[in-house]
Formats: sequence, structure tokens, C-alpha cells
Amino acid sequence: MSLMKEADSARHAGAHSAGDPQPYSPRGRGPMTLIKEPDYGTPESPQTGMVEVEIDGMPVTVRAGTTVLRAAREQGIDVPKLCATDSLKPFGSCRLCVVEIEGRKGYPASCTTPVEPGMKIRTQTPALARLRRNVMELYISDHPLDCLTCAANGDCELQDMAGAVGLREVRYGFDGANHLDAEKDESNPYFTFDPAKCIVCSRCVRACDEVQGTFALTIEGRGFDSKVAASMGESFFDSECVSCGACVQACPTATLIEKTIVDHGQPEHSVLTTCAYCGVGCSFKAEMKGDQVVRMVPYKDGHANHGHSCVKGRFAWGYATHKDRILHPMIRDSIKDPWRKVSWEEAIQHTARRFKEIQAKYGRKSVGGITSSRCTNEEVFIVQKLVRAAFGNNNVDTCARVCHSPTGYGLKQTLGTSAGTQPFDSVMDADVIMVIGANPTEAHPVFASQMKRRLRQGARLIVIDPRKIGLVRSPRIRADYHLPLLPGTNVPMINAFGHVIVSEGLVDEEYVRERCDLEAFEAWKKFILKPENSPEVVSQVTGVPAEDIRAAARLYGQAERAAIYYGLGVTEHSQGSTMVMGMANLAMATGNIGFTGCGVNPLRGQNNVQGSCDMGSFPHELADYRPIADDAVRGSFEKHWGVTLDPEPGFRIPNMFDAALAGTYKGIYIQGEDLAQSDPNTKHVEAALSAMECVVVQDLFLNETAKFAHVFLPGTSFLEKDGTFINAERRINRVRPVMKPQQGKSEWLITQELAQALGYPMSYRNEAEIMDEIAALTPSFRGVSFEFLDRVGSVQWPCNEKAPMGTPIMHVDGFVRGKGLFIETEYVPTKERTNRKFPLLLTTGRTLTQYNVGAQTRRTDNVRWYHEDLLEIHPSDAELRGIKDGDRVSLTSRKGEITLEAKVTERVPPGVVYTTFHDPETGANVVTTEYSDWATQCPEYKVTAVQVAPAVERSAWQREFEKRRKEQERLLETS
Amino acid sequence: MAAPVRVYVPRETSAVSMGADEVAAALAAHAGGQAIEIVRNGSWGMSWLEPLVEVEVDGTRIAYGPVAPEDVPDLYAADFLRGGAHASRLGPTAEIPWLARQERWTFTRCGRIDPASVDEFRAHGGFKGLERAFALGPAGVLDEVKASGLRGRGGAGFPTAIKWQTVAGTASDVKYVACNADEGDSGTFSDRMLIEGDPLTLIEGMAIAGFTTGASRGYVYLRSEYPLAKQAFEKALAAARDAGWLGENIQGSGFDFDIELHLGAGSYVCGEETSMLESLEGRAGLVRYRPPLPAISGLFGKPTVVNNVITLASVPEILVRGGEAYGALGTGRSRGTLPFQLAGNVRRGGLVEVPFGLTLRELIEDFGGGTYSGRPIRAVQVGGPLGAYFPEALLDTPLDYEAFAAQGGLIGHGGVVVFDDTVDMAAQARFAMEFCAHESCGKCTPCRIGSVRGVEVIDRIVAGVQREANFALLEDLCDTMVDGSLCALGGMTPYPVRSALKHFRADFERKSPVEPGGASTARDADGRRSAIEGAGP
Repeated sequence: MSLMKEADSARHAGAHSAGDPQPYSPRGRGPMTLIKEPDYGTPESPQTGMVEVEIDGMPVTVRAGTTVLRAAREQGIDVPKLCATDSLKPFGSCRLCVVEIEGRKGYPASCTTPVEPGMKIRTQTPALARLRRNVMELYISDHPLDCLTCAANGDCELQDMAGAVGLREVRYGFDGANHLDAEKDESNPYFTFDPAKCIVCSRCVRACDEVQGTFALTIEGRGFDSKVAASMGESFFDSECVSCGACVQACPTATLIEKTIVDHGQPEHSVLTTCAYCGVGCSFKAEMKGDQVVRMVPYKDGHANHGHSCVKGRFAWGYATHKDRILHPMIRDSIKDPWRKVSWEEAIQHTARRFKEIQAKYGRKSVGGITSSRCTNEEVFIVQKLVRAAFGNNNVDTCARVCHSPTGYGLKQTLGTSAGTQPFDSVMDADVIMVIGANPTEAHPVFASQMKRRLRQGARLIVIDPRKIGLVRSPRIRADYHLPLLPGTNVPMINAFGHVIVSEGLVDEEYVRERCDLEAFEAWKKFILKPENSPEVVSQVTGVPAEDIRAAARLYGQAERAAIYYGLGVTEHSQGSTMVMGMANLAMATGNIGFTGCGVNPLRGQNNVQGSCDMGSFPHELADYRPIADDAVRGSFEKHWGVTLDPEPGFRIPNMFDAALAGTYKGIYIQGEDLAQSDPNTKHVEAALSAMECVVVQDLFLNETAKFAHVFLPGTSFLEKDGTFINAERRINRVRPVMKPQQGKSEWLITQELAQALGYPMSYRNEAEIMDEIAALTPSFRGVSFEFLDRVGSVQWPCNEKAPMGTPIMHVDGFVRGKGLFIETEYVPTKERTNRKFPLLLTTGRTLTQYNVGAQTRRTDNVRWYHEDLLEIHPSDAELRGIKDGDRVSLTSRKGEITLEAKVTERVPPGVVYTTFHDPETGANVVTTEYSDWATQCPEYKVTAVQVAPAVERSAWQREFEKRRKEQERLLETS
Repeated sequence: MAAPVRVYVPRETSAVSMGADEVAAALAAHAGGQAIEIVRNGSWGMSWLEPLVEVEVDGTRIAYGPVAPEDVPDLYAADFLRGGAHASRLGPTAEIPWLARQERWTFTRCGRIDPASVDEFRAHGGFKGLERAFALGPAGVLDEVKASGLRGRGGAGFPTAIKWQTVAGTASDVKYVACNADEGDSGTFSDRMLIEGDPLTLIEGMAIAGFTTGASRGYVYLRSEYPLAKQAFEKALAAARDAGWLGENIQGSGFDFDIELHLGAGSYVCGEETSMLESLEGRAGLVRYRPPLPAISGLFGKPTVVNNVITLASVPEILVRGGEAYGALGTGRSRGTLPFQLAGNVRRGGLVEVPFGLTLRELIEDFGGGTYSGRPIRAVQVGGPLGAYFPEALLDTPLDYEAFAAQGGLIGHGGVVVFDDTVDMAAQARFAMEFCAHESCGKCTPCRIGSVRGVEVIDRIVAGVQREANFALLEDLCDTMVDGSLCALGGMTPYPVRSALKHFRADFERKSPVEPGGASTARDADGRRSAIEGAGP
């Protein structure tokens, strides 16, 4: 019964004509309008039974436990409301949603009254109208009357409610006590806080508590003096606020509002898309004015984020139109030459010619390509296709090599699928949550908020991490066990868990008997019971008391449902794959795979790590992780692509560097990865890049790798892409363009034209056709198409004949590989050792406001929170070296030296230092080594022996870097 | 050597404020060679006689009062230790008519015993109620409480047995008993007097509530302005634990129960049960919406008995003497006794425990002796700051929940504040709104903004600005607060306001109306400020 406001949509079908590329045009999309999501006022009831009630004379059937407000609103009966919103628990403060219920005294608030069978409810009566109008009159007696010039004009619930209740006068006048002179807080770079407009509904405070879980906001004072305050009366910027935007989204007025809305006014249409930062894959509404984004608002129906966001996705998108973006293709013969702007035609022909020349001179295998986990599946698929079909070799790898390749390997070996087992929502059913080598509150903030919600409900928490990460102790959350192990000792730790599980009889025998390979299990059992795997022995290796290990292992082993979440603190080790298998062993032994609330779950670092791996980006695998050497698999691709494919696996990224230095690898096509900043042992990478004859970089910015490039092909931001990303829970999300490619060409089209110029015919008309080919060639994607995704929103692979609506939980009735395979996980320590010269262990990671190499976030106001990489060092280690907080220090390893600012903190244990790798000028990877995972060559970023000392000047590498930066800037300017 | 003579000097806030500590010191200092034992008892509730000194002579307590420290040598000279004659001699305490006319159940031991002594408590029937509860079992206790007709003494008058039954019938691993001792109503002091004078009775009542409902943990939320009550209760808790009446397996019954004392932070609204629970949980005292009822989801989300001090303290004696005996007292649906508290402009203030049914006039005149000033009574406020003002014409209303409600009033916590004919009832109405504005938790709009506007509107009425329109607006505002507020603070503030408007309208119209157009000057900031100074409690 909602008011019909919009004209019916004039539908148009997406018919394609042959020939020129044509954008995919989703069927059924009406004229572009602003997506207004319904607000049912209170969350959905978790109960399943149904209840019949009568609302305004109409019989209504709703779920038991539903509030009267929601029951009415689900019927389209818009009971007025201000303090209620369906992302938050009922609060009952505004008193606008009052109703009359037959047989009850007074006017109960519908938001706090659950339905009861046979209830007769009236939402509109003269008495209710009078009461609501009188309450609204009180609100407006303390509210500025500047609606016409207010930033929320057109999107203000207070304004809407004043209209709805028919307020016509304020008999109290406007010169009574009020808050109109309250001072604005504009300290946050992205939103303003204007207490004069606040109606004290507490939605912001509750959003910070219930949705984000940071508890940064509070109501200060009492009664009429009640006011929203950040932390202890600090400015928003200085407070504990993490700028997730939940409060801004929850605010019904202009009290908390995006500065972009203040600057540009209200959006006129919106486009649903997917965030391009971390692997959570949040759905957003890009709210637009023409082709200008005015704000990004998390989408309530996004299955990964349920309407929540973090500071990066919500606010840090300004890089997309940053002045540093390169918008013209450029070429040069030598990296000492100035860049020359050229047409797309010339750039592509030039690149094809160079690759052909190199292959003619050095052989077919002397070139290759790297796909990007930041790009869409369609863009990735077509780059690996170019390498295999047009270069004619398998020298394709992806940046997932340096993050989650051990996940793919370890889970494939043990369980049969190179992916996590659960949807994010599964965490809400977990009784014990074990976080290993991950820092969700910084790196996967939106999922962290969901996890914290579950922890506040009472789930127990084990954290295995050298650092005291945020989850160890945060408001209303305290880890039951924090095991601060020495970097590099994950495997003995997980083995000790296994030892306790087996020796204390905590194995789920029935589960193992039914689902696992028993021979392998028996062998593993024998291995795990060895004395070297006992907590007492492992304690000496890890530095964690045996009793804590035992207690934590018991907690995990005795849980009804225990879930493991892990990150790069597991994979980026010389035993990364061993550790992944160790976790899978543990989960299998305790029967924790195949159900909701448990599983082994990688937290993927980038938006499309999962997808870029799924697409066949590895040199030895085609899509769906099928070996290139398999004739049947290869044959299906050969048939579809009309070429003969090389059955030999190609180079991995580290092999490419080695071959380049050996003089046999000369040309590389790099799609959106900054090798020179993100790969370990920077000097080695730089030498390898310098040794190549044709380095092609396709990126938004002239990144560090581009300083060694001969061709620069400008790329597109996610706001210009049409395609799909796959998040950490295997969810295939749609990415939709909100503006045309700013440099004039879609990235897939660049690749397609390059393939054509190389002599291989490609003729997709749009991205949807690429996905159709992926679906045709990939069993797990058989049911996927843009049309399907546009219809259902998103889907978790496998999505095919067997699972037409996708597969939220893997291995439900048995493991994908058949029987779950226990693999013995013997601990082989890294070769990287501390000694007198390098007595400390360095481990690296990310921070909330910055993202990976920082190419994007450094070009936003996020730099106000974190503008350079800091070195965390324990007070005792600092004291010993005469280092004070804020001092500049040198960080030296066997590989190199950098300097950076010290942060003295007990977050790291003695003997361990920590830094981030966001800032190219710091060059954290100058010191990391190229030791890597034995199975996948994923670099060991997490363990480097270092020394720290006070420093007076920048390191030699940093001075060299600065020189090169200036030189390259000059070469760009003279272009 | 003869046993020392027991001399009783109350350690109770009003007695102490009148010099009881100094009197006790003087009694000790001037004892000479005479063996005396000074017992710091609670007060009998005869506040106008404090400090009231009693001496035990041959098993009879002889009262002297009020006694000043300088009277002490005189008392010794008059041989008061043997009950000697003196100007302040009141005769045997039990025979003082004011006390003799009462029917003491809840306060049966208050004044009589050393509050910190479990032995004395036991000697006067203490813990007999709990022992009977153990014998009856939870269902039997519920029957007794049901038969007694006991209703919540905090003000809402909800049947105690039903509340307890709800908690008892809600399955949960943990349950709580939360005692509301945040006594904030103006003119009330019965909670304090009980805790200062007979705290073990409260402990016993809470243990019975815990035993009956399956709770093993109790909390007492005590207002922070009661330091003596805090001391008394802490001592009693320690004594009860030492004697095995709190803790695990109480007296071998298998029942575990212990109590934690929690101090409030000066917020009136924390006396509202749900905001008290918020405060106990360590949060700001914001009112919660209901349902869920605290009996089902209360403290930390667990089933919780939330009862006032007097409710809980009434239960032991009900179990000792029987629910039926208690229920035989009173009138209509108001059964048993209520400790009324006489205050304000009254000659003989203090605590009067009598069965319901006495008229307000009998209470004020027979016990209170009329006004302190001797001027005619003009208004009486019963039930604290949210209670209606009754004019002289309503003084014959019987003290009974329903009879009071019929007149728009409430019994509340039993506080009675008397005003003589010099009172300005417009100022009192304004004070009601101002009190609400001061004490509002700020959660719901009608209370948070409405109370502030209420003060402003009354100021305009009194100043004569658009008087009729503002009278209408005030009526509307009262409706909005009654119908829209989340809790009783906003929802009942209109009661005193409306009663003032109804019975004392002339007080609002003393000033001649201001011409239209003069409105803005009449409600400038200065006007408001002076009006605030003119009011006050």
C-alpha cells in the first residue's frame, strides 16, 4: 500500500548486433532511478512460526516475534517512525510509531511490541494523529528551520515525518531552550556532525554499537542536555571512531552527513555494484549525479555485508578521479627515455610488435603475463587466455601467488576445493571462533563487525597471532586465549592442537569414519602423537605456555561448532601450505566441516583473489583448478579457442624474475599488480624488471613497476568496469559501471585488441559474453551469467546443474575430493634465522585506513589517519636500543635496509617488530626475503630476521628511490 | 558486678542530623562509674522526638526525647538509668500513643534491635520467615504471599506473588533478585529507615524471594545519598555471611544466595526499574521499553525479581504471622499495612505503619498533628513528586490504591508532604515540570523536550502571556506526556501539574494578562531564570 511515485519502467531488451563491441545491457533495468531500500523499522524476526493479526482491518500473517511496526510496514502500511530502522534493535524512544491495540491501555510503541495471535491493531486514528503531531511539534520546537538550505533536504526522515503527521504550527514558539547554537564538528574528512540538527534518536550510537561494534559513540549528559559524543568528548577525528559510516547511514537527519552530499546535493540515480578493496566484497549503491559519484552507500541486500561498510569502501573512492590517473596510453624505448603519449591503436600495435619481436628472438616462452586480483573475472580470464592462446605458452601467474596460493593448494589437497568452506553468515552459528594469522578488524572490517556481533552474543574466541590484534581485547570482547607465538611457528602450534585433540579423545570418530580416508587418518594420528608435537615441546618452539595451548585446543575440540578464520599470517610462510593442511586436518578430526558455524575460512586480501585463481591464472592450471597437463581438460579449451595449447606448465612469478635475470625472459604484460612494491626483496625485483626488454603495465597510476615499464596502458577503476568479482566466500558479485572508461577503453577490450594485434582472433562484444565462455568451459560456473546474477543478486559457486542456486557451504554431504585426506604436517623451520646481527623478527601486515601498496588509499583523505608506514617495536626492545616513540630508525635485514618511524607499543611481543607496506617511499619489501612456501612459492613476508637501530638519514635504497621518482616524474612531464 | 545498663541512641540519618552521635558521646563521657552499654539502634520513626534516647529498665524501654548533648548531665542527675523523671521523659516507648496506634509488620524490629547483630535479630523473630520458607518450599511461599495480597511498595502496586511466579516459571540457568533502594521520591524515607534500622530483614526478604523464584544472586541498588544506610547494610551483609545466612548452602538448606550492594549515582530515574537494571549492568541509566518484562528478561537479560525495599522486607513477617493475617488488614484491594512517611509542613513527622484504609486526614491530623506552622492545610502531595496535589476537600479520601487513583492521585511509595496556605501552586506545578526536566534520562521525546517546554509554557501562563492558548497547550502537552512517555517519570509528571491546574487554577492567574505582542519580552532568558529561582523544592 505504498504511495506509487514512479512511472512504470519502460523496459528494453539487451539485443546485440554482430560486429562492434556493445555494452552488456541488462534486461529489465528500468530508467535510472535512485534505489530506495524499504526500511521495515525493526530487524527480521528469527522465529519460524506464523501469527495472524489484523492491521487496520486487514488480516495479516507474519512471522512470530515480528514487531507490530514491521508487520505493518511489510504490508506497505507506513507507520511513522524516527528512532527505528531495520538494521538496529528496537529502541522505543521517538514515540511516533505508537498504535492502538484492541484490549490494551494507551498507545504502545509499535517498534517494541511483538505481534500476538489475534491482535487487532489500528495505525491511524484521530487520537494517534493528535499524539504524533504533538510529539513532532516538540521535536521541531528544538530544530533549525532551514530545510531549504539543509544538506539532507530531500533525504530527511524528520522532514518526511513532519509531512506525514501533518504538523502545521509549533505553538511553543522557537525562543525556548534549544540546541541551535551547538557547534559543528567537521574534523572527520568524510562527514560532518551538526548537533544542532540532532534529534537524539541514538541511531548513530546504536549503529556504532550493534552494527560496527566499536562503541565509539555515546550519549553524553541527561535529559534535555543529552548529546551525541564521540569517545570522551573528543572530536570525531580524534576519537575511537573508525569512520565506517554506519552512524552516517543511520542518521535520519543532516546531523551526520557525508561532506560530498553537503558539497554536491542529493544524488539522482544509483547503480548497484561491488567494492573493489578487500575480499569481503561489500555490495554498494553508487549514488550518482550524472556520471559523478556523490556517495557510496552499502546495500542492505548485499549478502556479504548486509548494509555495512568500512572507511575504505564507503569513503575512499576519490582515487578514481584523482589527478594522478594516467588517461593516455604511453610508450618509450628505454626506461631512461621520456614517456610518449600515443593513440590506443599505436600503443596496441607497438606492444604486439615488441612481443612478437621478443618471441622471434628469444623464443616462444620468453614472454608472459600477470593477472590482477583487483580486476574482474572477465578481465582476468581474457588475459590468461591471451597468454595461453596468443603468446602460446603458460607463463601466466597472478598476484594471488604472493598471498593465498597456499590456500588453493592446501585445501585442494585435503578437501578437494581451492576455496573456503563457508559463507560469512555462518559465523553467526559458531560457538568457538579461532582466528589465525589474520587481523579482521583492520583488514576485513565488515566481516570483523559480524564476527564481533557473534562474539558479543557469547561465542568463544581463540586468537593465534604474534601481535595483540584488535580482537584480542576490544569493547565487550575479550579473547578466551591469545597465543602470541613467534613468527614462523604456526605449524608446530597447529600440530600441538592436533596432538591434544587426539591424545585427549576429542576426535569426532564417527565423522572421520564416515567422511575421511581412514588409512591417511591413522597415519596422521601416529604422526601427531609424536612427542615433538606435544604442547610441552611445541611450547619451547612457539614461546607460548603449554597450558594455554592445551586449554585453547580443548576449547576448540569440545565446541559444538568451531570455525577457523585465517589470513596471510598463515599463508605467507615457507610452510604456508603445510599450515593450511594442518588446519584442514584439525577441522576434519573434530568434525568441523560441512555444516554452518564451522569450517576453514581464508580471509582473502583482495576483492577478486578467489576469482582470479578460479579463472585459471596459475601457470599449471586452467579454470576450476584443472591441470593444463590434463589432455581432456586442455582439449576442451583448445576446441573452444581454436588453438593448440602448450601442455607444459609455465613460469610462476618468481621463476619469471629468475629467468629475466638469466636473460631468457624478456617481455611481460602486467595487469594491475605493482610487482616492484608488493613483491619481496625489492632490489631483486627491480633488477629483474630492468633486465627485460618490454615491460607492459596496465594500471590506473604510474606505479612503482611502471618506472621500469616500456608501455603504459591506462586501466579503469571499478567504477568503470562491467563484470564480476568473487569474494572470500566464493560469492560471485556483479560489478557495474557508473561512468564510462575515463581513458577511453574498457580493460578487456585492451586485452582483446592486443590479442588481435598478436594475430589471435578474439571478438567478444561485451563482458557478458566472456562470462558466458567462462560458464561454458568451467564446471563450477556452468549456471552463471550476467542475466542470472542480475536476477538473483549474487551466487556462491559451484553454481551448476547440481546446484542451480549456488553452494553456500561446501562439503555438506561429503568432501569434494571424495574422502577427506589427512596429510602429515611435519614442521620444517624456515631458513631465515635470527642471530646476533639480526636478532629481531619482522612481520608485516595492513592497517584499516590503507590498502596494500596504497596506490588508491594514499590518494584519498585516508592519509590523514596513516600517512606513512610505522615500525611497531616493544618497549623493552626499544629501550635496549635507545629508541623512543616517534624516532626515525633503520630496519636492516640480510636483503636491505630502510628507515622509518618507530612506534613503541606492547601490541608486539618482545623480539618481534611489525610494519606495513603501504608506502612506496618506505619500501618495506626492500628488507623481506625471497624465501617462500615449499609448495607454491608464496613469499615468506611474515618472517624476516632484522636489526633495528636509531637512524639519522634515509637508507641508500630510499635515497635511490627518491632519485628515481624525481627522474620518472620528469620523464612523465616531458611526455 | 551487675550487667551494664543498655542505653539506646539511634544511628539513623534524621536522628544523627539532630545530634544523636553527640548525645551518644556525651552519654559515654558522663557515665562516671556507672556501667552502661550504648546500643546504636535504628529509629522508631518518631522523627520529631529525635534524638530519642531509651534506657532498658527491668526489661522495659523507657524513652527520653528529644535529647540534646547538653541535657545529658541532667539526665544522669535525674537517674534516667533507672527510669528517673525528667522533662524529656516520655514513658515506656511501647506506650507512646503515636507508636502504640500503629500496626507494625515490616518495621516490627526497627528501633528495637541492634541492626548489626544477628543474635538480636534472631531473638526477635529474625530469619523465622526464611526458615518457614524452607519448610514450605517455593510453591508454599507463593501461596502465602498470594494470600497476603502484598503489592509492590515502590509505587506501582503490582501484585508481588504474580511477579515472583513469573520469574519462578521462567526457565533460566541464572536468575536475579534486584532490590530497588534508590529511594528518590520527595518526602520518602522508609527504605532508608529500614536499611539503617533493620537491614537483616531486607536480606531475609531477598533470600526468600531468591529461594521462591530460583535466584541465587541478589543486588541492592542503593541511592548514593544514604551513607549511613550503606554502612549499616554492609555490616549486616558481613554479619549474615558470618552467621551462615548468606552464601552457599544456607543453614544446610541446600539453597545458595548472596547479595551485592551497588551504589547509584544520583539519578532519580534510576529508581525506575529498567533504568536501574541498565545502571546495575554498568551503563547509563536509560529506561528500557517493555515488554520484555524484567521478570522474563531483566538484569543481564535474565529473569529478575525487581522489588522495592519495603516489598521485600514485608515478606518475612508475612511468612511468620501468615499471609492470611496480613491480608485480613486493609481495605478493598489494598491489603496489609504500609509504612507511610509524614513530611513537609507537619508538626509530628515520621514513619507510620498502619493498615490501608485510614483517611489522609486521620494520618495528617491524628498522627501528624496538623501543620508545623499552625496554618491551615492547603494541599497534600502523596506519592512523591509525581503524585497529585490533593486540596483540603479531598483529605477524607481513604489511603487505598484504588481510592486514590479514582481522585487522580497515587499512594506511590507512601510519602505524604503537607503544604499550608502560603504555598504557590503554580510554582509547584512548574516545579513538577522542572523536576522532570532535571531528572529525565533523555531517551523519549515527550519527557526530554516536553518537560522543558512545560516549564516554559507555565512561565508564560503565570506571566499572563496568551494565557488561554497556553493553558490549552499545557493540557495538550500533558496528554502527550501521559500517552507518549516511555516510563512513569514523563508519564506521571502531568499528574501534579493537572491537579494544580484543576484545584488551584487561581494561583496561575495572579498576574494580569499581558497584551498580545508583549509575548516575546515576557519569555526572554531573564524571565525564565528569575522564575526558576523563585521555585525550588
